[in-house]
Amino acid sequence: MVDVLAQLEAACGGGHARAAGPGDAVGGVPARWVAAPGSTAQVAAVLRAAAEAGLAVVPRGAGTKTGWGAPPSTVDVVLETGRLSGVAEHSPGDLVATVGAGTPLRALAAALVPAGQRLSLEVGSAEATVGGVLATGEAGPLRLRHGAGRDLLIGAELVRADGVVAHSGGRVVKNVAGYDVGKLLCGSYGTLAVLTSATFRLHPLPKARAWVGRAVRSPQELRELVGGVLAATVEPVAVEVDLPGDGGLSGTVVALLEGTPGGVAKRAAATQELLGPDAWVAPEPPPWWGRYPFAAGDAALKLVAQVDDLHAALYALRDAAGAGVPVRGSAGTGVVFAALPGTTEPARLSTILDSVRSVLAARGGSCVVLAAPPSLAGAVDLWGPVPGLSLMRRVKEQFDPDRRLSPGRFVGGI
Amino acid sequence: MPAGVVDDLAARLRRELGEAAVVTEEAARRTYECDGLAHYRATPALVVLPADAAQVQAVVRACGAAGVPWVARGSGTGLSGGALPVADGVLVVTSRMRRILEVDLANARALVEPGVVNLAISQAVSGAGWYYAPDPSSQLVCSIGGNVAENSGGAHCVKYGFTVHHVTGLEVCTPDGELVWLGSAKAAEAPGYDLAGVFIGSEGTLGIATKVAVRLLRRPEAVSTMLAAFRTVAEAGAATSAIIAAGLTPAAAEIMDALAIQAAERAVDCGYPPGAGAVLVVEVDGPAVEVAEEEAAVRALCVEAGAFEVRVAADAAERQAIWTGRKSAFAAVGRISPHYIVQDGVIPRTALAEVLAEIDRMAAAAGIRVANVFHAGDGNLHPLVLYDATVPGEHEAAEQVSGAILDLCVSTGGSITGEHGVGVDKAAKMPRMFSAEDLDTMQLVRCAFDPGGLANPGKVFPTPRLCGEVPGPRAAGDAAERAASAAGIAAW
Repeated sequence: MVDVLAQLEAACGGGHARAAGPGDAVGGVPARWVAAPGSTAQVAAVLRAAAEAGLAVVPRGAGTKTGWGAPPSTVDVVLETGRLSGVAEHSPGDLVATVGAGTPLRALAAALVPAGQRLSLEVGSAEATVGGVLATGEAGPLRLRHGAGRDLLIGAELVRADGVVAHSGGRVVKNVAGYDVGKLLCGSYGTLAVLTSATFRLHPLPKARAWVGRAVRSPQELRELVGGVLAATVEPVAVEVDLPGDGGLSGTVVALLEGTPGGVAKRAAATQELLGPDAWVAPEPPPWWGRYPFAAGDAALKLVAQVDDLHAALYALRDAAGAGVPVRGSAGTGVVFAALPGTTEPARLSTILDSVRSVLAARGGSCVVLAAPPSLAGAVDLWGPVPGLSLMRRVKEQFDPDRRLSPGRFVGGI
Repeated sequence: MPAGVVDDLAARLRRELGEAAVVTEEAARRTYECDGLAHYRATPALVVLPADAAQVQAVVRACGAAGVPWVARGSGTGLSGGALPVADGVLVVTSRMRRILEVDLANARALVEPGVVNLAISQAVSGAGWYYAPDPSSQLVCSIGGNVAENSGGAHCVKYGFTVHHVTGLEVCTPDGELVWLGSAKAAEAPGYDLAGVFIGSEGTLGIATKVAVRLLRRPEAVSTMLAAFRTVAEAGAATSAIIAAGLTPAAAEIMDALAIQAAERAVDCGYPPGAGAVLVVEVDGPAVEVAEEEAAVRALCVEAGAFEVRVAADAAERQAIWTGRKSAFAAVGRISPHYIVQDGVIPRTALAEVLAEIDRMAAAAGIRVANVFHAGDGNLHPLVLYDATVPGEHEAAEQVSGAILDLCVSTGGSITGEHGVGVDKAAKMPRMFSAEDLDTMQLVRCAFDPGGLANPGKVFPTPRLCGEVPGPRAAGDAAERAASAAGIAAW
């Protein structure tokens, strides 16, 4: 019998590997060891050790989303990226920064402020790391203007399941040399490779911001208001909605405007006029801004619809689940989140998913269960139909033929 | 490919696609022997012009059955030989697939066939005040399918991004002849791996796009185009840096040096300020109030950096006049040199002054001239290396300088290509930028899509990877273990 702990210690350096505890479980599946490599070479050493011992490895950042995705079939080693932290390079004049995958997004934001810059990615899991945000495809309100992590990532360093270290992209924003393997890792839930470092394009911090909002009484009204704002030339960087679920399908819609003080003031006034007499302008976001509507233990849903059809998905969700489902997210991009009680029966959750998916599928949308209590997650189809699944299996087979990285956590049992 | 195989394939494709879709006459095939990079030439064994996705699928399946390689071609404007045919292979030309299938302004999307010309999309929606953002200089003729293959940018990508940011989903025909949707036609994303993200920019090596869903943008409320004249390129570069440092995001920032200006004046009489050693074209767009503020700020920063004249376009005609000189620059150097090489490399913007000085030094040492036209906003250089092929040794000297410029780009932390692609032209340069492991990892994707290596072989990668070959530490796994794992996969 190989002494795995000793091997992991040898890979990570003394004191950086340990036996796993109950808190290290991933999706309810207990882990056996935790390894915290402090460099790319150490990540490679951990993966080689795991390969030799035939162990499954699940990467983890801050652990804010270990309940996301399907429960893995096996979790031998949790590979913690926390020591792969820090801004390796920030070139303000080039608007690019290279950071370790274990860097908290918040720490990166703080490091960029002195240069008057930001990574235009503000996500709902506040403590999350760069690697975790990319691996789960998290994106917040700014997605409307700046896209998701995959749109801001310009270079990646990764370690394959066989321990080989590789790069794609580079340190310049404009670059079409070679395949963009970094994009492939975005949203892959750690099933293809371990991201160790990311290079991002940055943006200047806006000089002024204003939030313009108003109450909405129905998804149909939401549709009209959002459509009006997007078709105008006020250029919001975000359009978010909050339907708390306590008053039927009513709630609040809020647009964020960024720019120069003069420009924002004028556009805020124009947006207020578009939204009607009840609209307000505020210098601060509402308290729910950029936060998920779900909490630990809930069944957390992500609904992705074409913008002009979001209302149909919201009605379908209400009709299937009844009133009282909190919904929040980006009405401007058609990506919203919903919270169902974690105590929902599997059969009932399946029925709800089926009816929402049937409405969305006809329009190219999707409904994914991001997280659910393990008993529920194991009993329902978390992803719904996945176009291109057989190609995805082939990609997985190439990158990780022995299924050592986060096995079973992703679509189709990948 | 033996004549019998060609004849059989041609007969099958004629049956399935119709007589007119299959070109066999040598003279006709020869018109497709190169793309925009004309010094690589190969006449394809067959040229096929499918009319729709089903016909593309029929071609790919027929080629797969015969084991014949194929290359996709849009309008043939590429500058890296990406659409260079394989001599024994089939060239699949998408120019008959020119339908705009759907425009949906409520969702800001259009669905188009790959042969649709880039500019045609903007033209189709401009009446309603919308447009398609990526605008490569060839947008009058280049196809969306080609843009997808190359992940094309354009002068405005410094603010708006590249094709990959504007194509939300696409239907592709994979090399095994399946039509598969990658991404989503109208929604922001689809569950699963971001295969669209890796397909876009794969230069035709992973399949053929048969339908492309593009994001449309609202035309900005205001646009201001400025032209600032400087004594030196260094001053123009410093002005660009100052604009970026001030937190401004211009929609475009383009520099031309004295030689490029001279060529443009001769070709299109663009009337740029006399005596300019460099011109900087800056465009800002967006809401009117901010455009006015940014215009004033850009103007002040240019003057501060040494501009002796700043012109602001008063109307669309004047804007057009400013852009005409810049957009004609590549072709215009034909007026000042019988031959030239168009290079495409990227540097960090902050290295601009140092790199341009080094290019000058290299050109002087080799006894040739280099005209510089570049996207200053994102550090994408287009040095035009001028030579006269009738002078012994000049072509070689030009090739040598052109190659050395790419090495210089890589040494500053940049890239061997910002928008023209690797194609056949720069495949041998890839190891300058990427390690063997990097290239091997990229080719894992290729093996997933195209294990037989029939899609655009010989492009992008200097050496093909044998799919199924087990590299590095993976070879340590014993045969029994691998067989067990393969069985596990089959049982999914």
